[in-house]
This record gives sequence, C-alpha cells and structure tokens, in this order.
Amino acid sequence: MREISVKAEKLQKKFGDFTAVDSVSFEVEKGEIYGFLGANGAGKTTTIRMLCGLLQPTSGDAMVAGFSIKKDPDEVKKRLGYMSQKFSLYPLLTVRENIEFYAGIYGLTDAVIKARIPEVCTQVELEKLEDKITGDMPGGLKQRVALACAIAHKPAIVFLDEPTAGVDPILRRRFWEIIGALSDNGTTVFVTTHYMDEVEHCNRISLMHSGRIIKEGTIPEIKKAAFEKPILEIQTDTPVKAYDALNKVKEFNGDVSIHGALIHLITGMETAGAKALMEKALAAGGVEFTHPEEVEPTMDDVFVKLVKNYEAK
Amino acid sequence: MEIVVNVEKLDKNFKGVKAVDGLDFTVNRGEIFGLIGPDGGGKTTTLRMLSGIMKPTGGAATVLGRKLPDEAEGVKEHIGYMCQKFSLYTDLTVEENIRFFADIYLIEKKELDERLGPLLQMTRLAPFKDRLAGDLSGGMKQKLALICTLIHRPEILFLDEPTTGVDPVSRREFWEILQQIHTDGVTIVVTTPYMDEAEQCSRIGLMFGGRIIAMDTPRDMKRSFKGVVLESHPADIKSFREIIASSGHILDQQQLGSRFHLVVEDMAAADDFIKKAGKDSMTHVIAASVEDVFIERIKE
Repeated sequence: MREISVKAEKLQKKFGDFTAVDSVSFEVEKGEIYGFLGANGAGKTTTIRMLCGLLQPTSGDAMVAGFSIKKDPDEVKKRLGYMSQKFSLYPLLTVRENIEFYAGIYGLTDAVIKARIPEVCTQVELEKLEDKITGDMPGGLKQRVALACAIAHKPAIVFLDEPTAGVDPILRRRFWEIIGALSDNGTTVFVTTHYMDEVEHCNRISLMHSGRIIKEGTIPEIKKAAFEKPILEIQTDTPVKAYDALNKVKEFNGDVSIHGALIHLITGMETAGAKALMEKALAAGGVEFTHPEEVEPTMDDVFVKLVKNYEAK
Repeated sequence: MEIVVNVEKLDKNFKGVKAVDGLDFTVNRGEIFGLIGPDGGGKTTTLRMLSGIMKPTGGAATVLGRKLPDEAEGVKEHIGYMCQKFSLYTDLTVEENIRFFADIYLIEKKELDERLGPLLQMTRLAPFKDRLAGDLSGGMKQKLALICTLIHRPEILFLDEPTTGVDPVSRREFWEILQQIHTDGVTIVVTTPYMDEAEQCSRIGLMFGGRIIAMDTPRDMKRSFKGVVLESHPADIKSFREIIASSGHILDQQQLGSRFHLVVEDMAAADDFIKKAGKDSMTHVIAASVEDVFIERIKE
C-alpha cells in the first residue's frame, strides 16, 4: 500500500506583504527520492524550513512523518535528518566522535549510540575508518561522515541540500548508491539542488517558481511537458554566421542558441522538415556545418524552458 | 590559428602535494576553452598561474606571447581575471563599483562613459545601476563582477567557476552573456565543476588529480567514448537488477531514480542485452555524456 511520508496542504508563508510560499500542496511517498528545484528566491528554503518544523506557516499545514508541523513541530524535528554540502563536522574529532556528538544532540543514549556506530558506518561505507580524524579525509569521504551524522538517529526523512556539488563523479556515484539503499529500506529522501546531475537521481521532482510549484512529475514526464520535439544540433566553425542564418527562417518560429561551436534549434516544426530547412538555410548563408542531429534536452534546458513558459503566461 | 595561451609541463607543488602535474595545452584566439572537473583537480591553481598571480614550481607558460611569471606585469593589462569569490564593494552602487575598477586600470572618464552603457545593457543591469552591490541577488553580483573584469577590454578572460552555486536560469543567462563576449572576439578560459557546461565551450580539457585526462571539442569527446551507453526504464526494478547481474555484459551501471544507465562494450553487446532485457524494460542506446567519458578515463 502507498504510504505517505510528507503531505503539504495549501502551505503558505507570508513575510509582511511578501508571499514567499503561495499555497503549495504536494505528497511524497515513503521511500521516495524527491527532488525540489527552483531558482534562488523561489521559496524552496522557506518551504523546507516549514517542513522541518523550524518555521510556522501563515496558513495551511503539512503532515511530516505522521505529525503536523503546526501542532507538533518538535515531534517532526525528532524524525528528520539534515545534511548539506556545507554541513559542519568537527575537523579535529574522529569519525566516531562526530557521529557520537550529533547522535547525542538527538537524545540517543550512550548504549544506543555505541551499538549504532558500526551499523551506520557500514551503511555509508566507512568501515574501519571510525577512528580517522575527519579533517584529514578527502571531500567525498567527509560527505559520507556528514551523512552518517544525519542518519544516526534513524530518521524517517532525510533532507539533502546539494549533497554532492563539486565531488568527483566516481565518489558521487558511490554516494547516490548509498542513498539508493537508504530509500530501498524505506527512508524518504528529500533533495534540494541546483545541480542538474543530482536531479537525475530523483524518482520524482517538483519545480518551484515565485512561491508556487509550477511542475511536478517523473523526469521523463517533465521532459515531455517541456519539449514535444527534439532539439536539433549542428556543429560549425562559424557559429555567429550560422546563428544569423537560422534566425532569418520564419518557419521555425523558434529558439536558436549558440553553445560554443554548437548551434541548438528548438522548433515546433516536424523534425524531418525542420532538418531539411535547416540545411538549406545554412548552405544559403555560406556556413560549413555538420548534419543536424537530434539531441535530448538536458534537465537544465527543461528547467529554463518551464520557467520561461510560466513567466510568459 | 593564433595561439594565445601556451602551457608546457606546468607544475605546482604545495608542500609536496602536486596540485598541477605536468600540464600541457594551448588555447587559440577566439576560443572558449573550458577546464572541467571536480573540486581539488587543479583548475583554480592553473588559472591563477595563467593570470600571473601565482608562480609555477616548474614548466613554462606564455600568455599573449609573454613568458610567465617573469613578464606577468606586461600581461595583466591585456587579461581579465575573475576569481571564485570576486570582491565587490557592498556599500558602493553598481556604477560606483565599475568606476572604481576602471580607475585602477587608469581608464579615462570619457572612455569609461562610452563603455559603461553597452556593458550595463548587455548584462541587463542598467535598471539597477544605482543599487548597492550588497543588495543584488547572487546572479546579479556575478554579472557585475564580470563587467568589472571586462572594463579594460581584455583580450583574454580567465573566469574561475563563475557559475558555481548560481541557479539554472541565472546560469543560462550568464552563459548567453559569455557567448556574446566571445562573439566580440574575446578569448575565454573558464573553469567549472558542472560537466553539462562542457557544451558551452568550443574545446574542453577534463581535469583530475592535477592533470588533463582528455581534451577535445565537446562533440568529439563524447564520440571518443569507447563503450555504448544504454538507458532503461524497467517496470520491475528487482527482476531487472537480476538481468543485469546475469547478462555478463554490463561494464558499469548507475541507477537514476527508477531509470538505469548502463555501459556495455560494443553494439553487439548492446543488441544482445536489449534482447535479454525485453521490450518492457524500454532499453535503448543513448549518446554518451561528458561525464561518461570522464569516468571511463579515470578508470583507465
């Protein structure tokens, strides 16, 4: 059966006359990896702070791990873990001491902590490193220590704020495998990020803009909603010339953009026809180019398109 | 093509740690050259040496034909360097900040007045020219820093992670501005940890452990990937994992939400795996990404 872990209903937060979060509703299932995206100032942080029981909503409510953020914010806090890229670990303490410290804050007894440390270190793949000084460890491992601190008290929901920004791709993959195992075991994972690589790891995402959720769904669903037709790409040594040549074609009624030596064309036209017209226009403009290829939009393309669509409304 | 940056066997050691390790590359005039890789790969150190503010331990670098670090002073007026934490004066307005940097470069007032308008226009900061820099959003601060870096009309721009921590909409706008500057003939050398920004560059070098592990145009780099990448969207994840384990084809795998990215050796292996996985798994071949190439090269 579907079990709901977070349920926000018409959550609203005003600061004076300014509505930071404007009647936001959504549900997150137990064990889901849920991505929360939005530009700076979109209302993401305010929403998260409310969900964590740190900020009272002006109106509306949310149930988090079975408790109301309005009536029982302290019960909510006990059931959450939080980790960010800028998570503070004590660099002079060992891995074990850092975990003990954070578990202590959450009120775990010494006996429980002692039993929990080997368990959590196995979970985040830090076995045999318990007595290393945290400050001496590479960034990718520190990240796992931070995660261990965040999940030592077995929270129902973990909030991750750009957890892997700047970490090398191999360690990043290891990190997401650990997160995947957490989610398989029923922990709900709530990710906020600007980093589109991180977005790809989420089961479902929502995109916030000006205090509202403007799109929600799985990645394939959201890509489809933003782009019905594929993006057409050519490579050329004279991108500006190509850009001008393509912009002259009225039939495209679309969007031409330069990406270094690549030109992207987004058009509502049927693909084969658009390709032919593209080649004709470029040849007429005296541009040397490679054959147009269909490329998938990146999540970045999708994000920008959806925000622009929303603003155009 | 005119080479404007030439780096040969460049080294930088910090207390025995090789931050930059025998680097070789050239940048042609008019290119956008991207140094891409995770933190700690040596990107920032490289840029600092090329901007003449840090001395290499070994090797040679020339910028615009001048040898570094000996002729660094002669280089500085022809380049612009924007570091990760560019300092703006928060209690000065946008325009006052620009005028301050123009003064440092000894630009005459009349000259500056002519340059100011187009730069504010290009960055869409014109309506905010009287706002205090401290009251700007993160994306706007980046754009103001960029103007301050451009005010003396440098031939080469060195930008150190200009888009880190900036949201996607502002990031896209920042790149549009860079494309425009590039169109005006300025050479750009830029660092970024975001693999997807590779597409914005004319040529990229992937940096890891102080070295460039691959260098090419973004398109040819993706084509240089030796394996074949597959994407699957199976309905039943558990049984799909068993297919992966028993197929004997999978060199690398990654689960992304409810999708899978898999790497197999060649097209024959891909066809065979697609057969084994069945139609319901929606397995199909996709183009390799720059990140796929990065991981393949590190593993080698």
